[in-house]
Order: sequence, then structure tokens, then C-alpha cells
Amino acid sequence: MPLWTYVTARWQALLMDSYLHASAVVQATVLAALIGVGLGVAVYRSPLGSAVATALTSAILTIPSFALLGLLIPVLGLGVPPTMVALVLYALLPIVRNTVVGLNGVDRSVVDAARGIGMSRLRVLTGVELRLAWPAILAGMRVSTQLLMGIAAIAAYVKGPGLGNLIFSGLSRVGSVNAVELALVGTVGVIVIALLLDGAYVLVGRLTTSRGIRD
Amino acid sequence: MTDQAVDIQLENVTKRYSNTKQPAVRDFSMDIRAGEIVVFVGPSGCGKTTTMKMINRLIEPSSGTITIGGQDALSLDPDELRRRIGYAIQQAGLFPHLTVGQNIGMVPGLLGWPKPRIHARVEEMLDLVGMDPAEFRDRFPRQLSGGQQQRVGVARALAADPPVLLMDEPFGAVDPITRGNLQDELLSLQSELHKTIVFVTHDFDEAVKLGDRIAVLGPQSSILQFDTPEAILAAPADDTVAGFVGAGASLKQLTLLRVRDIELDEAETATIDEQPSVVRDRLVARNRKYALVLDSRRRPKRWVHLRDLNDGPLDTVGRPVNDLVTKQSTVQDALEAILTEGGSVPVVGTRGEYVGAVGIDTVMDTVRKLREEHENG
Repeated sequence: MPLWTYVTARWQALLMDSYLHASAVVQATVLAALIGVGLGVAVYRSPLGSAVATALTSAILTIPSFALLGLLIPVLGLGVPPTMVALVLYALLPIVRNTVVGLNGVDRSVVDAARGIGMSRLRVLTGVELRLAWPAILAGMRVSTQLLMGIAAIAAYVKGPGLGNLIFSGLSRVGSVNAVELALVGTVGVIVIALLLDGAYVLVGRLTTSRGIRD
Repeated sequence: MTDQAVDIQLENVTKRYSNTKQPAVRDFSMDIRAGEIVVFVGPSGCGKTTTMKMINRLIEPSSGTITIGGQDALSLDPDELRRRIGYAIQQAGLFPHLTVGQNIGMVPGLLGWPKPRIHARVEEMLDLVGMDPAEFRDRFPRQLSGGQQQRVGVARALAADPPVLLMDEPFGAVDPITRGNLQDELLSLQSELHKTIVFVTHDFDEAVKLGDRIAVLGPQSSILQFDTPEAILAAPADDTVAGFVGAGASLKQLTLLRVRDIELDEAETATIDEQPSVVRDRLVARNRKYALVLDSRRRPKRWVHLRDLNDGPLDTVGRPVNDLVTKQSTVQDALEAILTEGGSVPVVGTRGEYVGAVGIDTVMDTVRKLREEHENG
């Protein structure tokens, strides 16, 4: 079992790469959530604004990740900065779209009642609308996280952190000893982390969604 | 604004939207007295909800003035203003992510009440709307029936004891039986609380039941008629109002009158142990055909006809009394009883004792008088 031997021999390094990979994805998702929810809140009341925001963020998603990362090198150099910028940009679409859909899905009579009993605009947004849209926003974040798991692997191209380094170095030495194993371990690692994070989302969803609106 | 009922004045209130030529509400003026229920009734799209929402400034008037309890509503902070005006809407608009207790405690919370006071108030409000606090406080709205949601909606609107209550078709989305109960509850609440209530509905029967005064509104919230339910039913101002009042106006009118408001007839009475021949002689002497037989405690038992009075003792002849009314019954109830009883229905007091009777002629006279009064006045 050369693969197994390889894994046990490089356990520490693998764990480090996995951690860096997950950490980059989670941080990028959180950052994208802050920006995306803000953007969604800014545009959801206007159909035109919503359409523009959705179109812009989906345009980003159509740029091949390899190209985007490469184009960021002259601006941001190598390593973490271009990686994070690219990941945040890719994570925006699902979050913005779900925020807009979630906020528009809030029952108008509930908002009317909230205003009618004297809640301020800000309070209605934070205390009612975002609370009710939260399951949709969280679902958007979950999709973004899954999306970023794969894209983060490509970031090794700009010397970014994570399991992509294993895959890249493996693929660049195809034919030599352990090359395939290297790429395989990296890929499987990405899948395992993706599943773990997905499980975490279910847990976070249960803990942060009111029992009154949970399915 | 104090916590006692206050009056509301709307003067030349107009609402224009930039995308339409005609204003949604044109030049609306009305004085609403402290402690009365005014019902805005009219077809969909007539602007009744828009008019109501201008009172708590969910919709800002384009021009005109609104005074609540002597204060210019348009000069106050809208959020502050709304915390002092109860607001209940169709389908309740409860916050689905908050418990019943949190929903009801929302406005007191916004007003900065201390936690223990809010807790006590939530309890009090649930009691007031007839829901057990221990059972319902920690439930979520989706775990309640439609009627219960409406009750919580009313409790939330009343939680901070606002002097004014705005209600926008609050009972529109529940079944007719529940709606009837909720209306009765609102009336009994109002008899304790004496709020100034503006109630919007498209259901004229609901307006008749709840309103101290009804404003029948036409397009652009024009006031077609603003008067007591009795007056509108007796003398609709024009054909549009008459159309809205609908068929059966006279019957609806009878729901507004109580038996105590009309003059009772004297039925010819007999006690159950009297000799039939004595009773017969009395009927013949007074030129009457029927006698009402009372038991020893003067409770109505049987109707006997003149021709029954040969066949035996009074407790076996004639036919039993099936239907009774009290002085609190509506005249409509009395009419229904008359139709079942045939001709006349006995009226009884609190202990079931005979106090008089209502006949079909009395009901007819009452209807005629009502109509004449309103036509002349």
C-alpha cells in the first residue's frame, strides 16, 4: 500500500495543508457573506438593482478561475492576497442571490405589522427581515463553500495555501514516483473537508434558526 | 397623548402618488370621538386602508393635518407615534420566528419597559384575549390556529395600552364562526378598555355589528355617509350606499335593537291551576283568542286557544311554549321566535318569569317608526 504509507509518512504536512485549505475557504465565505448580504440588503427593494447585482456576480462566476487568478498576479502578487480575492469574488453570487430572494420572500404583512407597531427601519431589517431570510442566506453560503472548495485547489497556481499544492505538484511530475498518489491524496482531502464543512452547516443552521421557522 | 382614550381629527387629508393622476385619498376630513369605534367600510381599492394608514403614518399624507389627542401627528417621530397606536392587521402579521410571548412583549420592549413588567404584561394580555399564558406563551405562531393568531395579534396591538387602536380587516382571514366570536370578544374588550378604534373592513355586516359609527367610503375615500349603523340602515344616503348595505337592511336593523328598547304587549295570562271555564269567560269578555298559561312561579308554560278550553285541565291542553326571549335579546331573535311560535313570543325576566310578549305587529311598527325617524331626522 504505497498510498497509505505515503499518507502516514506525511501526516503532519497533510493536516497542515488541509487546515489551510479549509481556513481559506471558510474565511472567504464569511467575508463574501458580509459583502454579499450588504449588497443584497442594498438592492433587494429595487427590481433593477437586484437584477444588476445578480448579473454582475454571475458574470464573475463565468470567468475561468485559472484566468482570474492569473490576472490577479500583476495586481496583488502571489500567495494569499490573490487567492482570497478570487475566492471572495466567486462566493458572491449564491450569497447575493439568496439574500435578495430571502428578503423578498419575507411576508409583507409581517413587515407591515413590524413598521406599524413602531419598529424603526433598521430594527425591522435586523430583527425581522434578516432573521427570516437567514435560512436562505445560510443556504447560499453553503453553496458558496462547496464551490470554493474546488476553486481553492486551483489557487496553488498562484502559490496560494491548501491542498491544491499537492495536486499541482503531483500532476506536474506525472510518471515519477508517488506523483499520482500525491494528486489523489490532495483530491480526496478536498472532498473530505467539503463533507465535513457541509455537516458543520447543518449544525450551524439548527443552532441559528428560530424553532418558529425551522422546517 | 395619555393612556386615556383620545379623539382623532383628520382635516383635508390627501394622498397623491406620483405615478397616478387621481389622488388615492382626496380631501378626507373626519372627527373621531374619544372611545368610539369608527368603521371604514367600502369596496376594495376605495382608499380606506390608505386613509387608516395615514393615521399612524405608515403612509405619509401629501397634504392635510391629522391631530391625535390634540397633538399634531405629523410633527411627531413616526416610530414613536406608532408605539402609541395599536395596530392589528389581517392574518395578524405575527413574527413567525418569535414566540407568542415575545410577539406580545415587542412594543413594551421598544418602549423600554423593564423585563419583569413586560413578563407580567404578556401574562395579562393573554388572559385578556382568553388564552392560557402557561400553555401559549412559549409557542410559535405557526403552532396556533387562525383564530388564536388573531387573538395574539390583538393582544400585541394592545400590549402597551395605546389609547388608539387601528385595525385593518383583522378578522378577514378566519372562518365565519371564529370571526363572530372574535367580534364578540372585541366588543367586550372595548366595553372594558374604551379605546378609540378605527376599524377597516369590506364586510358591511361586520361594520354594523362593531361600529358606533360607520363611514361608508367611495372612490378616493370620499365619505358617502358617516352615521350610526341604525341611521345608515334606515336611510341610506344614496343608491351606492344602499347597494352596499345590501339586501335585508331591515333585518340587519333588527339586530341592532334589543327587546328592552321596544314596547311590550300584554298577553292574556292564566295560572296553571285555574278552571278552564273561568279562563274561557275571561278571553271571551276581552275579545282575545289565546291565553298564556303560567306555572306557580309565573314562568310561561303553554299557549291555549279559546277552543281548547273544553278539553281538560290547563296543563294538558294547547301547545307548549318552545321559544322565549329576554329583554337583552335582539329584536331579530324575537322575530325569529315569533315565526316559530306563531304570532307572539313571551318575554321573560332574569328568573324566567313572564314580563310581557312581543307580537309580529309590534315588530312591524318598530321597523316603520325607525324608518320614519331617520327620514325626518
